Amino acid sequence: MQVASSLREALITGGKTVKDVSHDISRHVENKPTKLWWAAMAISVAVMAYGFYCLCYLLWEGVGVWGLNKTVGWAWDITNFVWWVGIGHAGTLISAILLLFRQRWRMSINRAAEAMTIFAVICAATFPFAHMGRLWLGFYWVFPLPNTWGSLWANFNSPLLWDVFAISTYFTVSLVFWYMGLIPDFAVIRDRAVVQGAKIRAQVYNALSFGWQGGAKTWMRYESVALILAGLSTPLVLSVHTIVSMDFATSVIPGWHTTIFPPYFVAGAIFSGFAMVLTLLLITRKVFKLEDYITIYHIELMNIIIIITGSIVGIAYITELFIAWYSGVEYEGYAFYNRVSGPFAWSYWSMMTCNVISPQLFWVKKIRTSLVATFVLSIVVNIGMWFERFVIIVTSLHRDYIPSSWTMFSPTMYDIGEYLFTFGFFFTAFLLFAKFFPVINMAEVKSIVKVASLEKKENASH
Amino acid sequence: MDADKHFIVGVFDDEEVLLKGIGKIRGNGVKIHDVYSPFPVHGIDDALSIKRSRLPIAAFMFGMTGTALALLMQIWMLGYDWPMIIGGKNHASLPPFIPVTFELTVLLAALGMVGTFFIASDMKPYKWPRQFDLRSTEDKHVMAIDLAINSGKTKDELRSLLRDSGASEVNEKSFE
Repeated sequence: MQVASSLREALITGGKTVKDVSHDISRHVENKPTKLWWAAMAISVAVMAYGFYCLCYLLWEGVGVWGLNKTVGWAWDITNFVWWVGIGHAGTLISAILLLFRQRWRMSINRAAEAMTIFAVICAATFPFAHMGRLWLGFYWVFPLPNTWGSLWANFNSPLLWDVFAISTYFTVSLVFWYMGLIPDFAVIRDRAVVQGAKIRAQVYNALSFGWQGGAKTWMRYESVALILAGLSTPLVLSVHTIVSMDFATSVIPGWHTTIFPPYFVAGAIFSGFAMVLTLLLITRKVFKLEDYITIYHIELMNIIIIITGSIVGIAYITELFIAWYSGVEYEGYAFYNRVSGPFAWSYWSMMTCNVISPQLFWVKKIRTSLVATFVLSIVVNIGMWFERFVIIVTSLHRDYIPSSWTMFSPTMYDIGEYLFTFGFFFTAFLLFAKFFPVINMAEVKSIVKVASLEKKENASH
Repeated sequence: MDADKHFIVGVFDDEEVLLKGIGKIRGNGVKIHDVYSPFPVHGIDDALSIKRSRLPIAAFMFGMTGTALALLMQIWMLGYDWPMIIGGKNHASLPPFIPVTFELTVLLAALGMVGTFFIASDMKPYKWPRQFDLRSTEDKHVMAIDLAINSGKTKDELRSLLRDSGASEVNEKSFE
């Protein structure tokens, strides 16, 4: 049997049995959606529809409808792209890296976090594709497909191309990993549907579960698949944001040409990802009454990861500033002087406040175990992380080498509209997921429920 | 009596009782068809003498295929089919090819292994599995014993053996 130290706090509270787990999680799939769900869905779809109009207008008119200009060729689009990709990283960290480290607290949160990863990566991908303008030709530019220009192949020396491979592999492998986890849980819903006499639901969830039966040998194979997928996903997730950072780091733009970018970006990604997981889970937990599965202890552990990654990000900011001065390179020095005190200094100082100061509040136990404080700070962190990418991209570009090309950037309604599109899509997809899929990994939680309830008995007998 | 049609089904409430029960039942010379559980039970593979899965080998082979394909593709495309000078470097130099090679290695290993898993476990979306007990995905561990294979023992002997081994319920199940 599995053993858990009595020093650790129970991962599942409320004295749940294995049967309770099936019931508590499956009933959200079986019941009709609530009014609150419909209201949230209506808002998300409306936002997505408005954003979709902006996206279509951009494809019709061209990229000129964005606020980009000759000097600032990347702005909100790539900021949003990097921001969304970064958010996705927490899902993989929770499901893969914490699995390899045998952290059982991941079991209640991995399902929703992985769903978030998948939706976030889709949101991210819309920006580079929209930025191509002629979307229908984009596939020839980013994938090595035979074409009528030669074939003139894609340039494998470019980090932008590496990014295409990294993001698409990341998306595919995350999707497969997430789906593998869902298979036994779909079978639970299927078998409950048979008992309840819901024939269509039984058929649909059987197809989704690939006819899962749960025999001893299948479980053994299944566990070895999960372990290897975790092993493959771990270097994969680290490679993704490393390669995203190389989009900048391999260029010669002062402020981008920085060797600390890969670890700094990966830490920032996990930082913002955990913040987004907290934002979503605090709502999900409340709406679906999952307080016994996602406990204060889970939230506290996630906040601790936010302190660690937030501190790494803070050190990276300070290192950048120090090296800009210490290197003696005047271009680098100016780029950072401009960040701190130039026309976009407000964005730099917003970033510093949100990312460096606010996560340090979690050192106080009262704050990191408070739901309200966690919710507010999780949003603050994501605002900060958005500003980080905006600062890196726009403030580095807007002061070009020749002062005559110096300019400013301001977004148009189409920049804002496309960002809104991704938000609308993200929440629509998450709401659909929360309604039709089990939001907590039942099979994994069941394997630790007994340990949790045994502890409870022991504590009662002492 | 035909094999793979008529079964005695033992329902166990607890995985530790189940593991001890498996030992006892197999010790009596009874062959167990399979045990269906709502979650992976650790130690059940040893108790049932299931051999270690060879899926890691499949994953490795698919991964190596990915590595080879990625390298061949990049070297052929940029080195031979349309050589171009980019940044004054060799047409086909290895370091910039590493990221794409890594990604394709991971991609093929993951997809290949999962595909192998579905084929090896005979899982497909349009297949309705044989269900010995619907509670086996919910909270019970369900042991199926094929009557035809264990013809040395009578039904009643198997029933009482299951009861003695800790089964909370013993049923019969036949499939057409």
